Amino acid sequence: MMADESALLLSLVEEFVSGLQDSKAKDTATAVKDGQFTVLQLVEALGLSLTSSQPHTRARGVQLLSEVLHECYGDLTEREVEVLISFYENRLKDHYVITPPVLQGLRALTKCNALPPGSAVSMLRSLFQDVHVQSLMLTERGCVYNMLINLMDTREAELKGLGADFVFGFVQSMDGERDPRNLLLAFQIAKNIIHRGYDLGKFTEELFEVTSCYFPIDFTPPPNDPHGITRDQLILMLRAVLTGTPKFAEFLLPLIIEKLDSDVQSAKQDSLQTLAACVSQYEHKDLAEFLEGLWTSLRREVFQTSSEKIESAGLAALTALTSCLSRSVLNSDSDDSLNTFLDLVLKDCKHHLCEPDLKLVWPSAKLLQAACSASNRASHIITAAVMPTLIEQYNNRAECSHRRTLLEVVQRFILSVKSSQSSESEESVLSAFRPSLCSMVFSALSESNANLQITATSALTSLSQQTGLLLDSDIELAVDHLTGLLLKEDDNSVSAAVVECAGALAQLHPTAFITKLIPELKKQMFSEPMEQDREASEQQSHHAMRQRCLSALAAVSTQPSVVQESTPVLLEVLSSAHTGSVSFSVEEVVLACCSLQRIAEQVKDTEETGRCFHDVIIPRLLSLALQAALQGDGSPGRRSPLVEEAVLSAMVRVISTSCSRLQPTMAGQTTSKAVSLFLDGDVSFLPDNSFPSNIQLLKKQQGDSWSQSQMVCLLMGCVCSLPRSVEVPQIDRLLSELEEMSYTCSHPLSYTSAAKCFAGLVNKRPQGDSLDSLIQRTMKRICSELDSTSSSVRYQAFTLMIWVAKALLLRYHPLFTALTDKLFSLLDDADLGPMAADSFSLLMSDSADILNRGCHADTRIMYRQRFFSENSAKLVQGFNAAPQEKKPNYLKALSNIVNKLPKQVQVTELPALLSLLLEALSCPDQGVQLSTLSCLEPVLIDPPPALIQQLEALVSRLLALTSSPAMDVRIVSLRCIHALSRFPVHEILPFRARVLRALARPLDDKKRMVRSEAVQARGEWFLIGSPGGR
Amino acid sequence: MSGGTRLENANPVIFQRSGERLLTAADEDEDVQDPIDDREIFDILSINDPEHPLSLEELNVVEQIRVKVNDAESSVGIEFTPTIPHCSMATLIGLSIKVKLLRSLPDRFKIDVHITPGTHASEEAVNKQLADKERVAAALENSSLLEVVNQCLTSRSI
Repeated sequence: MMADESALLLSLVEEFVSGLQDSKAKDTATAVKDGQFTVLQLVEALGLSLTSSQPHTRARGVQLLSEVLHECYGDLTEREVEVLISFYENRLKDHYVITPPVLQGLRALTKCNALPPGSAVSMLRSLFQDVHVQSLMLTERGCVYNMLINLMDTREAELKGLGADFVFGFVQSMDGERDPRNLLLAFQIAKNIIHRGYDLGKFTEELFEVTSCYFPIDFTPPPNDPHGITRDQLILMLRAVLTGTPKFAEFLLPLIIEKLDSDVQSAKQDSLQTLAACVSQYEHKDLAEFLEGLWTSLRREVFQTSSEKIESAGLAALTALTSCLSRSVLNSDSDDSLNTFLDLVLKDCKHHLCEPDLKLVWPSAKLLQAACSASNRASHIITAAVMPTLIEQYNNRAECSHRRTLLEVVQRFILSVKSSQSSESEESVLSAFRPSLCSMVFSALSESNANLQITATSALTSLSQQTGLLLDSDIELAVDHLTGLLLKEDDNSVSAAVVECAGALAQLHPTAFITKLIPELKKQMFSEPMEQDREASEQQSHHAMRQRCLSALAAVSTQPSVVQESTPVLLEVLSSAHTGSVSFSVEEVVLACCSLQRIAEQVKDTEETGRCFHDVIIPRLLSLALQAALQGDGSPGRRSPLVEEAVLSAMVRVISTSCSRLQPTMAGQTTSKAVSLFLDGDVSFLPDNSFPSNIQLLKKQQGDSWSQSQMVCLLMGCVCSLPRSVEVPQIDRLLSELEEMSYTCSHPLSYTSAAKCFAGLVNKRPQGDSLDSLIQRTMKRICSELDSTSSSVRYQAFTLMIWVAKALLLRYHPLFTALTDKLFSLLDDADLGPMAADSFSLLMSDSADILNRGCHADTRIMYRQRFFSENSAKLVQGFNAAPQEKKPNYLKALSNIVNKLPKQVQVTELPALLSLLLEALSCPDQGVQLSTLSCLEPVLIDPPPALIQQLEALVSRLLALTSSPAMDVRIVSLRCIHALSRFPVHEILPFRARVLRALARPLDDKKRMVRSEAVQARGEWFLIGSPGGR
Repeated sequence: MSGGTRLENANPVIFQRSGERLLTAADEDEDVQDPIDDREIFDILSINDPEHPLSLEELNVVEQIRVKVNDAESSVGIEFTPTIPHCSMATLIGLSIKVKLLRSLPDRFKIDVHITPGTHASEEAVNKQLADKERVAAALENSSLLEVVNQCLTSRSI
């Protein structure tokens, strides 16, 4: 070593040891790492300090060495490590002030890769022998635990060589530990000991004692929580220790039984969860002697439950316990412990199932079901014991509410059996009870009590989901019952339950539905409501029956084979309605379309179903709509329901769902057929083809006829919902004809649909020059029409603009800003101003039929926030500059935008807009008032300071709105006033008397919903500043 | 308030709450006048029992069939049933019910609160106190009594 380096080292040592400059340790470590000097040289330089007669000097010397080692333990050789270890071990016997740095040094050495064999053992021996861990300070104790963890990770074999001494040493070290940080480390070590198979020897009970004394964990982190240790971390770590080995069983189980007696809810819950966790490791012999005690505790917890959490933890523990007993292998010399245990359970619970008042029926049933769901064997034992009683009870009881309770219990039993069935070949646990269960369910279905019927449908569903339980004949009988109920039952909740049950059954047993239910429903639906003079109420019930049938047809159509049968019926409804052969109301036709759409939504996307929708249903819909449209022109008398807007919109949803969801390739073919129909009048693919050859659907029709032009919405449903991978043929021609049409038509549905169709296509066009020039061309024309106040097509131009704007906003197209500017300028327009203000709501909300994710539109996340942040300033500016009579337009636009923003964004952004919003509260437009109030309401929960400053204005405006003519406004304003009552008391106390006086009036409002808000708000305001209140 | 001392009735029978009132189309129709009915008064009274962290409804202290309202004549009659016949809280429960209704109903209403006949040992005395306007007013001047009443009327959701 060079002389100056040697001097440097000596001065570093000197400054650290005598000069007490802590930073020098870092410098020394850096120098050692850089190779300026070696650890050996450092030790030599430390010589004097280490041999000093002053313990504090020695401690300082050792500390420097330890801190250096901490930085560069990786570079030490095995020889160096050996020397250092024996030095440190020796120092452990030194004065107590030296112990902390020695432990730090040893901890650094435990991380060495070059730890010589045997050194781990010797280190631990001296540690356990010379150090009393619990007399050390917090960090030093942590240091010891960390040493153990490090050595356990790298020197497992050596430590295991220590045998039970290691466990004993550890038990002594952690005995009495109190700091949660160190406890986490100590639990980690205990967990390693158990899970990595260390020999516990005769110290099993000691290890259990030293850890279980913390059970159940009771720890609340300090309020500012600097260390981030949670109660849950400790609980889970300790649980892993306690439940880790069956050797603990004899100690843990009595402890759990004892702790379950506790009054502390969290202790109970922890005990139950620990019980559920430990039995997964145990065998029946570990449990045998505690079964009775455990059962007594579990039963008590469920019977006298105080909270749902405890109850469900108790039930889960019972399931775990039972499944542990079911797993055990039977010996010839021992009893079947599962049987013994379940006998115990049955003895205590079964009789409650037959008590006359059924008082404890639910807790008992839950316990039995928890045991039943544990295993197949348990299911067999429990159902064999319980089912006959339940069935007998059901048959003997006359009261509907009792029968319903019993049926519900039975249904839960069926469900709990289900979860334990493993292999399919086995016969169902319930087979023996099949006939009586079926007759029970069927008799309940034919009762007149609605609740009983509803329970019966869910029991039927559960029965049908038991594989191999119901026979074909049972299913057929069930279908007969369901059909009967669909046709006759007027109660809405019952028929909804029946429809749902039919859907679940048809999923598993399609055949019976194809052969029985569908033909019968069809027959009844197509029966005419007969003579004209029949009473209105019967017309009504006939209509309700058709409604139920239509929704049932949709519900049962999940399997392709059912879809093949049900969709023709629905199509026949449409065609009969069109021809008038059977009269269906517009509402019924719409429902038929809704059912078709629901089927398209829920059916599995297979080639078969794709073909059904693309090759049959869509051409049929187009054909029917076209026939109706052509007819609508000619004959004056009866108008086909298929030209109604409601029906067309429902058809659009069917087409759009099929095109977006089913078989993209076929959707592509459908699209090209539809495009050639609309562009070229190609009708060759339509069924019932007797159409004239000169169809021009996208051209302006003669006169003011709209029945053909409005069909463009069907084209929209098809081309705007395709996946983006599917090409639309003749796109340029299509776009230009659509654009033309959106100007030339005067029928709102027609020009709006054309504009939407155009926008939907623009949204999916690839980025590039051709798109840019298309948009620019479109904008130029829109602007020129809008700018000429005399233009006759300003509304059309505006509609096109707003839809194109939405299409571009969704995809963040840069040209969008030009459209926004135009839209803002229109807020001042005498004619279009209010419409422009309303249109912001269209821009900000999801549209139902196009430009949404379901239609595969190009949508960026958070486009609303982006729009808001880019434009809110413009809006405020425009508001300030606008003449008085135009200001409401700005307020409306603002509230339309803010209303659609996510709540958390509203809360952060609103303070800036507060004065504008307060202004909006006094705007006469009810829509503006309502949307402003609903923006304000969430902000009031955590009011910003700016709001509190404006309290006077806020209170008087809100109070004024409580007498608005619109009840929605009254309701929300009262809610806001309610929210104000949670503001800081000193801020609102001055308003108390005034608010109470003003709220007396809405207490007598003519609407109940308003009164109930007023009651709540006034009640809270009474409590402000009153003793016992706030 | 009863902290430290043993509860008079530590383990009451609990009754199921009767679900939310279902909204009807008429409720949402601006032009229909909804009369104040028994159920509405009953809903107003979902207040806490001073002895239990449960509402009066769950303890069956107030039942809907014991609520009689006549909107046209502006009168309300409530019968309440103390949890046990010697319940010392009967007056307090009655007072809380009365105060709640005073705060929640238009002042045109005449409010009559009394104990269900035959359910309390000192039925008559309690009824008399509750019917006496001046004694009710005086009771509410007493700030410690008002404090207990207010605690019963503090909604639990906060």
